[in-house]
Amino acid sequence: MSGPGSMASGAAGSAEGPGDAARAPEQALFPPGFSVSEIKNKQRRHFMFLRWKQQQRKEKLANKKKRRKEREALGDKAPPKPVPKTIENQRVYDETTVDPNDEEVAFDESTDEFAPYFNRQTVPKILITTSDRPRGRTVRFCEQLSTIIPNSHVYYRRGLALKRIIPQCISRDFTDLIVINEDRKIPNGLVLSHLPDGPTAHFRMSSVRLRKEIKRKGKEPTEHQPEVILNNFTTRLGHSIGRMFASLFPHDPQFIGRQVATFHNQRDYIFFRFHRYIFKSEKKVGIQELGPRFTLKLRSLQKGTFDSKFGEYEWIHKHREMDTSRRKFHL
Amino acid sequence: MASSARWNHVWVGSETGILKGVNLRRRQATNYVAASALRRDEGVSAMCWGDPSESEILVGCLDRSVKLFSTEKGKFTESRQCLGGEGSFCGLAVHDSSIITCVESGLLKVWRDASSENMETQVGAGVCRMRQNPAQPQCVGTGGKENALKVWDLHRPEEPIFRAKNVRNDWLNLRVPVWERDLQFLPGSEKIVTCTGHHQVRLYDPSSPQRRPVLEATYGEYPLTALSLTPGADSVVVGSSHGDMAVIDLRQGRLVKCLKGFAGSVRSVHCHPTLPLVASCGLDRFLRVHNIEDKRLVHKVYLKSRLNCLLLTSREKWEDEEPEPAAPQADVKEEKDELWDGMETVATRTVLKRTGDPNVRETQLGKHPKKQKRTSAGP
Repeated sequence: MSGPGSMASGAAGSAEGPGDAARAPEQALFPPGFSVSEIKNKQRRHFMFLRWKQQQRKEKLANKKKRRKEREALGDKAPPKPVPKTIENQRVYDETTVDPNDEEVAFDESTDEFAPYFNRQTVPKILITTSDRPRGRTVRFCEQLSTIIPNSHVYYRRGLALKRIIPQCISRDFTDLIVINEDRKIPNGLVLSHLPDGPTAHFRMSSVRLRKEIKRKGKEPTEHQPEVILNNFTTRLGHSIGRMFASLFPHDPQFIGRQVATFHNQRDYIFFRFHRYIFKSEKKVGIQELGPRFTLKLRSLQKGTFDSKFGEYEWIHKHREMDTSRRKFHL
Repeated sequence: MASSARWNHVWVGSETGILKGVNLRRRQATNYVAASALRRDEGVSAMCWGDPSESEILVGCLDRSVKLFSTEKGKFTESRQCLGGEGSFCGLAVHDSSIITCVESGLLKVWRDASSENMETQVGAGVCRMRQNPAQPQCVGTGGKENALKVWDLHRPEEPIFRAKNVRNDWLNLRVPVWERDLQFLPGSEKIVTCTGHHQVRLYDPSSPQRRPVLEATYGEYPLTALSLTPGADSVVVGSSHGDMAVIDLRQGRLVKCLKGFAGSVRSVHCHPTLPLVASCGLDRFLRVHNIEDKRLVHKVYLKSRLNCLLLTSREKWEDEEPEPAAPQADVKEEKDELWDGMETVATRTVLKRTGDPNVRETQLGKHPKKQKRTSAGP
């Protein structure tokens, strides 16, 4: 009976397929047009895929060894190692990047809302508050923030509207207002408003770590005024935000205190850390992390003081228009 | 090139007091400054064409001075102080060689050249915009916060010829607040289109017996800050304080399409009278030119200061303009050498913008040594 016989041989042939492939892998996998995804049987397809992956790995390892041998053989004449591509390397050039020699931008910055701070005409005085009815973590976070930022005061928000708080702050000479927004017992938002009529920035806050949650931390921060480090704020928008952060701290740091607050911008996320440093020698520094740490992402920058309904926005993060490319950043 | 100022397609006024002329075909932007030092309180708050042939621009600044800029010569020719009232200019217009100004405190004044018979009226406090009817230059319209739309005839300044009435109370029987941000006269009829800070677009018709708006459309949730009519006058382009720009049809009152790209508040929108192009500028320091028909972004220019107002030239045929400046160069060589020796060397990278130096300009005939910025096209 040829039918069942041929079928049996066919079955045996296909059962031999994987076995065949084990013995001669190159022949099974290299014929052009062969794709692992065309096998209908899931178990067999999975098996062939693992086989294919193993082969790719072997090839990659073999290539690497070959390249290393060539490199050693060439010795000094070897071409330099190629730089690996990272997202920061591949960043799309932003045309709003500030050039340090630009007169127009320099003039703009010297006469904007932060000019009184940078000309040393005003001393920062900060009011820290939260959204209504804050819970324990947020309260402790506010207290720790107020120990870090000199000349800051924490007030309990008794359900008052921000638009009513702001004129009172202005009349009492506050220069900045920080509102920590809380959701489900953790702080998740920050509104930073420069007071006389200055810009208001709204951030999303994540990864908040209080002092006791930080491992290998130092003792409490002292009352000395810290230095401020602002990293990587290159675009025009980044400059504005950087100046906003700088205007929170007094202009003259006290180097005796050896404390430093860092705002590091990477890929549009701003990381805040607070350290104490000590120079062990000319080149070696030891640092201890004190104080809370958190991460911010800018959501919007508004031109006047806080007025989310009728205010004019200078920059808004529009998710569907601005997040289309993984290599484009705005800060 | 001094005469290249005439080829600029868009004129933009910024908050730092710089008037920028942008040439979209050559993709360059040049700065023009009145005095050699920039001052913040000279920020431009209103601009309008000085004459129908668009060779002069009137620039109104925050310190209440109106400067005349000549596009032929490429520099500011004169300036006059227009004091009175408080606040910055919210509207500028020209009528029969006299300037009409309106400030935010409501003082509408007609300034004749150096004579004391300046006519003035109070139009109510909190004015946001004043515009002139292009068909009848003696009629102007004003509107503002809690200041309903009024159309004034300058020959009879005591009473407005049309005063709009507020709409009926809303479904909770509460009074609907009034906040007219921008208005435009429709050509060919007496109708007026306004956009409000409560995200409404309204159409008024003075020739009809009802003083309430004939048509009302809402768009978005944020205040609409700028308005402009499309060619054909059956739709308007509005911009909001959140950076949303939309085209709204006036016959049916519905949204036609949205124009994307803005990240900040839109301060000023201007459509070309015949080509389907609309230019817009705002607080995010970019000038964008969109094509209305297919919603495409045609040009996007980074101008480094926050932009307040803009004017778009109504020239057609942008492609075959601007003869090459090669011809007059031979004559100018000797003069150029003196110029070059007299001037300090500047890096040729397109970073520095030279502010206009009046002494240097008079001797130039051909190419000018001013450094110009390259602008980028496309999104």
